[in-house]
Amino acid sequence: MSEANASATRITPGNALRPEDIALEVRTGLAKPTEDTAEYALRLGDDALILAQRLGHWISRAPELEEDIALGNIALDQLGHARSFLSYAGGAMTNDDGSAKSEDDLAYFRREHEFRSVQLFEQPNGDFAATIARQFVVSYYQFLLYSRLTESKDATLAAIAAKAVKEVDYHRDHAAQWVLRLAGGTEESRKRMIHGFRIMWPYVEELFRDDALTGRLAEAGIAVAPSSIKEDFDRLTGEVLSEAELEVPDVPAAPGGGRQGKHSEHLGYILAEMQVLAREHPGASW
Amino acid sequence: MSPHGNPEAPASSATEIKREAPKASPKPQEHTEHAWGLWEVFVRSSRGLSHVHAGSLHAPDAAMALRNARDLYTRRNEGVSIWVVPADAIAASDPDSKGAFFESPQGKDYRHATYYTKSEGVKHL
Repeated sequence: MSEANASATRITPGNALRPEDIALEVRTGLAKPTEDTAEYALRLGDDALILAQRLGHWISRAPELEEDIALGNIALDQLGHARSFLSYAGGAMTNDDGSAKSEDDLAYFRREHEFRSVQLFEQPNGDFAATIARQFVVSYYQFLLYSRLTESKDATLAAIAAKAVKEVDYHRDHAAQWVLRLAGGTEESRKRMIHGFRIMWPYVEELFRDDALTGRLAEAGIAVAPSSIKEDFDRLTGEVLSEAELEVPDVPAAPGGGRQGKHSEHLGYILAEMQVLAREHPGASW
Repeated sequence: MSPHGNPEAPASSATEIKREAPKASPKPQEHTEHAWGLWEVFVRSSRGLSHVHAGSLHAPDAAMALRNARDLYTRRNEGVSIWVVPADAIAASDPDSKGAFFESPQGKDYRHATYYTKSEGVKHL
């Protein structure tokens, strides 16, 4: 755009890594994940995809128009991260015809037990406070994870994380602001905030579980060992919770197992809604 | 359910329902008036211009107003700086007094540099 045409509120797309760029690198063989790396990317991509689908449900239902747009923005950010991770993961997975799996193949044509998201991400939105409680945990977790993943020896994972971390940093701020306001608002809003944390907190422990895959990849400098960010998570969330005069809920951890494809009863419904159109009309575009 | 509602209750029965008189005057509805204040948003683009009015929004306080403004008005990379101002803190000119306020300079050509002719021999103009 020439300078003469630039308006006071100029619109620029900016320079950032797009999912299409990653898909192209995968197709041309410039980026080729190992099987382990692809499985790891699938985990992070599924987390973001399921959260995006959950948050998208708030559109037209949020308490205020402004908040409607904020949650929609966050959902779209998450969808962008999911597209990047899944596009990359597909580079090590093949369809029956031998082609590499695309982001759409992975999002729309896998079944429930093939999804690798942890169970926190599929938990129901509940009321606004419950969504904020989930958002608070998720965004601090993702912020710490992506911050560290920017140093990954896998260039594609590092690049995806570098773009995502800036967005997740804002999600973290958004959630923290709401935790402070709901906890310090009316008696009712505080009650709901406490309740929201109580129903989400059982799923926190699963976020920080190491397994054989993360062990191998962390050893190689490619992945972030989930347990290694737990201390920072406790410290950073603890600072906000104590400012909000809230306690860390004393609730037992849920069994979890999302990384192995074990999900709560909620994921099936999410997938049914998310996948129905693509399965009814395979290959359709609009 | 049939498209016309419960078939066992004919539509005309609605008029036969005896409504109890309200026991007390209804409480004012919280949502009839907006619970959040109105804020005006000014965005400065990356080209170093001054802040330009972009629109308005509702927010419970200044910190949230800034965040809402970021979500509403800088989605497409439009800005590097945002101001938010409570709408009622802005004093505005009266739209009806347009004549007295804004039409007086008309015909006063001498307020424009082009009104003046350059005198002969003056340099550096």
